[in-house]
Amino acid sequence: MNKNYFEIIRAGINSTFQDLGRNNLYHIGVPFSGAMDNRNYLLANKLVGNDYDDPVIEFAYQGPHLKYHGDKINIAITGDVSFKIKNGDNLIDGECYQSFILENGDELDIISTNKSVYGYLAISGTFDLKFQWSSCSTNTKAKIGSNNGEKLSDNQKITIKEINNNFVNRKLNYVNTKIENIRVIKGTNFNYFSEEGKKIFFKNEFKVSKLSDRMGMRLEGKKIENIVDTNIRSEGLIKGVIQVPADGNPIIMLSDHGTIGGYPKIGVVVSADYDKLVQLTPGSKVKFQEVDLNSAETLFKLYDLETQNLISQI
Amino acid sequence: MIKNISNLGDAALYCDFGKEVNKDINTQVIKYFKTIQKKNISGVNNITPSYNKLIISFDLKKINFNKLKKIIDNIEIIDGDSIQNKKFEIPVCCEKEFSLDIKRLEEKLKIKEEKIYESFFEKEFFCYMTGFIAGMPFLGDLDENLRAKRLDTPRVKVPKGSIGLTEQFANIYTFESPGGWNIIGNTPLNIFDSTKEKEPNLINPGDLIIFKRITKEKYQNYHE
Repeated sequence: MNKNYFEIIRAGINSTFQDLGRNNLYHIGVPFSGAMDNRNYLLANKLVGNDYDDPVIEFAYQGPHLKYHGDKINIAITGDVSFKIKNGDNLIDGECYQSFILENGDELDIISTNKSVYGYLAISGTFDLKFQWSSCSTNTKAKIGSNNGEKLSDNQKITIKEINNNFVNRKLNYVNTKIENIRVIKGTNFNYFSEEGKKIFFKNEFKVSKLSDRMGMRLEGKKIENIVDTNIRSEGLIKGVIQVPADGNPIIMLSDHGTIGGYPKIGVVVSADYDKLVQLTPGSKVKFQEVDLNSAETLFKLYDLETQNLISQI
Repeated sequence: MIKNISNLGDAALYCDFGKEVNKDINTQVIKYFKTIQKKNISGVNNITPSYNKLIISFDLKKINFNKLKKIIDNIEIIDGDSIQNKKFEIPVCCEKEFSLDIKRLEEKLKIKEEKIYESFFEKEFFCYMTGFIAGMPFLGDLDENLRAKRLDTPRVKVPKGSIGLTEQFANIYTFESPGGWNIIGNTPLNIFDSTKEKEPNLINPGDLIIFKRITKEKYQNYHE
């Protein structure tokens, strides 16, 4: 019997269980998935004393409103998120990067992310989830992962398998910053585009379109002209690849992307900028900035050091 | 053989096997894929074979482009370890409700419906790769006279089991998905089963496929 559980009063827009994702399945068409913003995922787990790769709930824009039933439990929320905790008649304004204790009957209302897309909720313990290919990550398009491959829905129960009794109060001073210049390495089809098109790609501003989700981010801007072929032989993709289809507007592949694609690749976002890229809300303006492979590797080392440093401060 | 290795971003190798697309080149790609998979190189997190490319992505915390390139440059492909080709017969029903684009194809190709099917069902197909959506096989080669472009506007929803044609290839939609291929029939067979973690794909690269036409009655009463 699982006596500890959350009752979902409101599921939110796109709330799913996520962890580090699945490896070695691209060749059968199953994408990586996993938490979109890796750093905030890791920080959430650390704040409640979990293992670094434990499942969390990822939410987009509006998060879930949950009522807790069971023994005392610790929770933490990361990202840039507004939320409230209701304890009896007390209504507390929540703060990100800080652990909070929930008791039987308490409510957690994750109202929304602020000027960002994704936030993370971790609990001091483990959710009762189905793992597929060693990951709980939900891929709603392919119906793979926990919760039968579906996002959370209203009135559902989230059962908790185990509480780790880790009630240390943890806190971190950290503020997410918004990215304006996305650094990219030239793609394998960079020369498919006209000189003017290449200039537009690196000089002009692009706007993040509403048609963006965990699969991809569409951008709108001045048309990038293709002078060779608007199709290539279908070939493998990775996250961060920027494809430009015939309409001349770039699409960036994100964590749930199709594993194979047939549009020319103008560039690839550097690994160091991926966490910040996924947090761009529709309407945000961005520019692309070219870097070479060496710089990209150095940037990643710095990004990773900063992440490790933040984790060690908790 | 790999003609050139370049970087795709900062966390992937892009191995190019040349411009041509044929069985021999694709067999090379698959051999590389299997050899690298067996080697279990630390840091490699995905290997994606396609017609004439192999993309190897990795965890930048564990390895980088130059180190991995050196390993791949020096890898020995064991030729004796030939690919096990499995053979499958895939039942297809071509009733009107399933052959959504056959009339369009008749017009595009200027070939009668029956001739299109005749040539399609006579062919033994080779699986070049799987992907885009989970388990979708890319099969070739269609006869020259059956090669058509994608739909001008892709469908938002292509039904599960649909058999599509585009250029020299046929594919099978393993679940409902958006798509722009010309749909000529539907199979009752389940091509992808995510509950089977070991072998979720019915069809894998290198396999040989023959399609077999079935009646609507057989389709409706089909049991795997």
